[in-house]
Amino acid sequence: MIYLDNAATTMHKPPCVVRAVTEALESLGNCGRGVNEGSLSAARVIYAAREKLAEFLGCPEPDRVCFTSNSTEALNTAIFGLLGPEDHVISTDLEHNSVLRPLYRLEAEGMGLDFLAADRQGNVDYGQLPRLLRPNTRAIVCTHASNLTGNTLDLPRLGAFAREHGLLFVVDASQSAGSLPLDMTAYGISVLCFTGHKGLMGPQGTGGLCVAPGVEIRPLKTGGTGVQSHRKDQPEAYPTRLEAGTLNGHGIAGLSAALDWIRDTGRPAIHRWETQRMEQFYRGVRDVPGVTVYGDFTRERAPIVALNIGDMGSSQAADILSSEYGIAVRSGAHCAPRMHQALGTTQQGAVRFSFGWFNTPEEVDQAVAAVRSIAEE
Amino acid sequence: MREKSLQVVITFHTTSAAMAMERLCRARGLPGRLAPAPRDVTSDCGIAWCAPASARPDLESVPGAPEFAGVYELLL
Repeated sequence: MIYLDNAATTMHKPPCVVRAVTEALESLGNCGRGVNEGSLSAARVIYAAREKLAEFLGCPEPDRVCFTSNSTEALNTAIFGLLGPEDHVISTDLEHNSVLRPLYRLEAEGMGLDFLAADRQGNVDYGQLPRLLRPNTRAIVCTHASNLTGNTLDLPRLGAFAREHGLLFVVDASQSAGSLPLDMTAYGISVLCFTGHKGLMGPQGTGGLCVAPGVEIRPLKTGGTGVQSHRKDQPEAYPTRLEAGTLNGHGIAGLSAALDWIRDTGRPAIHRWETQRMEQFYRGVRDVPGVTVYGDFTRERAPIVALNIGDMGSSQAADILSSEYGIAVRSGAHCAPRMHQALGTTQQGAVRFSFGWFNTPEEVDQAVAAVRSIAEE
Repeated sequence: MREKSLQVVITFHTTSAAMAMERLCRARGLPGRLAPAPRDVTSDCGIAWCAPASARPDLESVPGAPEFAGVYELLL
């Protein structure tokens, strides 16, 4: 199989990640539950992962890196823990349902919600931001990179706007962490939500949120923490505040190993390689008659190429790619309904090719040839 | 019978803070180890840093230490 669905998950992991998970399964107890060698081993592994993530993502303190099971849980924690019916929020058309659905739920409870609109290329007009401000605007909640087109948002610019107007700035880095430059402090981000199993190359079931100093999030979950057991309420100190229940120590051990691998390989080198594969594919398909490519390829972006072939349904195209060419891509709506509306692909969906470190130029050539062949039929 | 000695016992609000303390002390060659917080102290976190009482000044003044929930001297 030629795996070109890295935006869904990086299926192929560095061998050190597999080894770390295996070793963890054989040696880790439960972090913070008791003080035996097993529990201490887990606590040390998890703390080391916090330290690495804090350094990698520009979070000022390891204790403000809070683990969740994925970025959806992280985003729900941030959105429901910071916002309420009395607030107004600005988001964008690029968002995934992991951002949209929590916001829509709050909107149904009375919260104001406006979107920075995207054009047919998937770009937003930042000049519209002041028009969206209201007296009760509390936050900007947005993605770093569209999971459908790969287009990025200008986080430093949005962060500066948020700071200027006293807004919280919540960012979904699901499609960018591990590949694109990202520094939550430099960009003025209040809460950075990440997943461990995409660009960060860790196991599924890992993710979290980095919380800037001064940002106080109401816990989404309450329960066992291993500390302050006689209190009726959730402890206040981060990260325990947002980490009720047993952490995924085994997965976090894998994520920690993945972070070592990214450090040793070099994030810029990873981003460069993925971008080269994306550009190779884009150059190969953009002028094929009948092929429509979506997104803006003139600026920094996530390594994604979304396209359609004539009026063929995206799921049919993906099925042909899989069954006849052994190429794994994603089709359909990609959990990004507003982005499809902006692109005009609500009915057709889109075929998404997303590239990763383990993709070779030869694989990309085969994918280009497959698209050409299908388009010629 | 196990011989007792005067120990400094430092407690923390979170397990993560206890881990940070261990990392810091190991890096600086400061004495002590992680142990269950004794029942004599009120502990936020079940894990405490325990060391000979003579190390208390060094442990309390180490730069970059996490926030302590409490510092006690006990015969352990």
